[in-house]
Amino acid sequence: MTRAPLSLRLVVTIGALLLIAPILIIVIVSFGGDGYLKFPPESLSLQWYDKFFGSSRWWSSLWSSTVIALMASAISTVIGFLGAYVLVRSQSRWRLWLLALALTPMIVPQVITAIAMFYSASQAGLVGSLLWVAICHSVIGLPIVLLILLATLQNIDVTLERAAAGMGYSQARIFATVVVPLALPGVISAALFSFLASFDELIIALFLTGVRTQTLPVRIWNSLLLEVEPTIAAVSTFLVAITVVILMAEWAIRRVGGRQ
Amino acid sequence: MITHRQMTGLLLPMLALLSLVFVAPLLWFFFMSLGELFQRGLGGGLAYAMKAITSKAVVQSLITTVRISVVVTLLSLVLAYPIANYLTRAGKLAFNLVILAVIVPYFTSVIVRTYAWMVLLGSNGIINQTLQSLGITANPLELLYNERGILIGMTYVLLPYMVLTLYAAMKTIDPRLMQAAEGMGASRLYSFVHVYFPLSLPGVVSGGLIVFILSLGYFITPALMGGPGDVMIAMKIQHEVEIMLNWPLAAVLSLALLAVTLLLFGLYIKLGGLKHLVGSDLK
Repeated sequence: MTRAPLSLRLVVTIGALLLIAPILIIVIVSFGGDGYLKFPPESLSLQWYDKFFGSSRWWSSLWSSTVIALMASAISTVIGFLGAYVLVRSQSRWRLWLLALALTPMIVPQVITAIAMFYSASQAGLVGSLLWVAICHSVIGLPIVLLILLATLQNIDVTLERAAAGMGYSQARIFATVVVPLALPGVISAALFSFLASFDELIIALFLTGVRTQTLPVRIWNSLLLEVEPTIAAVSTFLVAITVVILMAEWAIRRVGGRQ
Repeated sequence: MITHRQMTGLLLPMLALLSLVFVAPLLWFFFMSLGELFQRGLGGGLAYAMKAITSKAVVQSLITTVRISVVVTLLSLVLAYPIANYLTRAGKLAFNLVILAVIVPYFTSVIVRTYAWMVLLGSNGIINQTLQSLGITANPLELLYNERGILIGMTYVLLPYMVLTLYAAMKTIDPRLMQAAEGMGASRLYSFVHVYFPLSLPGVVSGGLIVFILSLGYFITPALMGGPGDVMIAMKIQHEVEIMLNWPLAAVLSLALLAVTLLLFGLYIKLGGLKHLVGSDLK
């Protein structure tokens, strides 16, 4: 196809602006110095950030979110890596169904998943446990890890592993010296994106965290049910910043990984 | 090389996680809640389930859910199609800018994106502030806490899925086919309708299914942006559990929603949708 016609470029420009503008506007109004959220702001200040970072309740939510997301990311990356390896190397005809099963947490309405997890957790006395939320979140991170690592591992030449096996390396040593180093950029981006998935997850956390272990999204949710509080603009900007940092880190890793 | 037994061993942690933390809780929840229902005997339980599903509130909520999901799917298709098409033929800089505008929202927390639209659409929100200060409208437009709000919010949240799916499918269309059609005298419109669009249909179907599936069970955005009368089925389920403590009804509704979701996901796989996700075929 030839160069895109002007009308198409115009429509796409509007579409792209509509996609990015709401996020940019939230970032801008979060620095507003007025009594309510105004665009464009008449004066600039950090008042909403003072409220966010000055509150011990927001800090404790930030702590819960971080701890849960670190654990969830570690669990889903390790387990997902092993699973993705088998899915890529095995010849079994069950592969497609296995992949479909592992992807269902992405598809099943999260309200149903969360209620079922809450139902079981409440009977086992696990509601409020950070580790348990992390384990539940790792199920949500698993599809993301698999999609990233399937793409990565498919590009690793199986003959390298055969060569290592031919030289008498054990399977564990092949993993440590061949597969993991070659797949490292993918593994890191899987870890980053599963961290983000857990850090931003709301519904499961809503059901499974207690009053003292509320994550950041849960606290935003509770606050939005009452009123559209301006502090949330600062919290949102913080979450957007985390997303952007992770996207940039992933991009940098891919560039470095791609050059080797 | 790796043996069959080693393969099984490597797979065990993933199977254990999925079955113990995902599948077992779902089965347990359905088994216990529906068990409670069928204590009144099979006939009594089925009668209750039928009565519950055909009650006015549930029927209303099912209609709302399907209507919103259909509209959101169509809206995102119309908006995403030109963006995805442009991505396949843009220069490097334009490609990067547009893909950034898709990817950043895609990876931003759903609650943040919903909040952003609440700030924009509220009666004291930024859109109404602007319209009023420019003298275009005298009174604030009601854009939030109604079905319009839900449609805007959900289309925004789900649009990146559609763009990325369509782009993955359109990337595989050979541009020379369009050139050939035009070289043989077909107009641009003719070659689009008869060559390009049919070739992009697998992407349209995959993207449509994914957005429709996600819409059916959507919770966060409609719960925050809808009015008291706009109850989608996932909100109804949450309401039954949290407020009414009616676990059997929640289980009946969940089972119905889950069945439809899995059926559509099966169709999605059958039609080859996974290759748009994984990037190649896992045969």
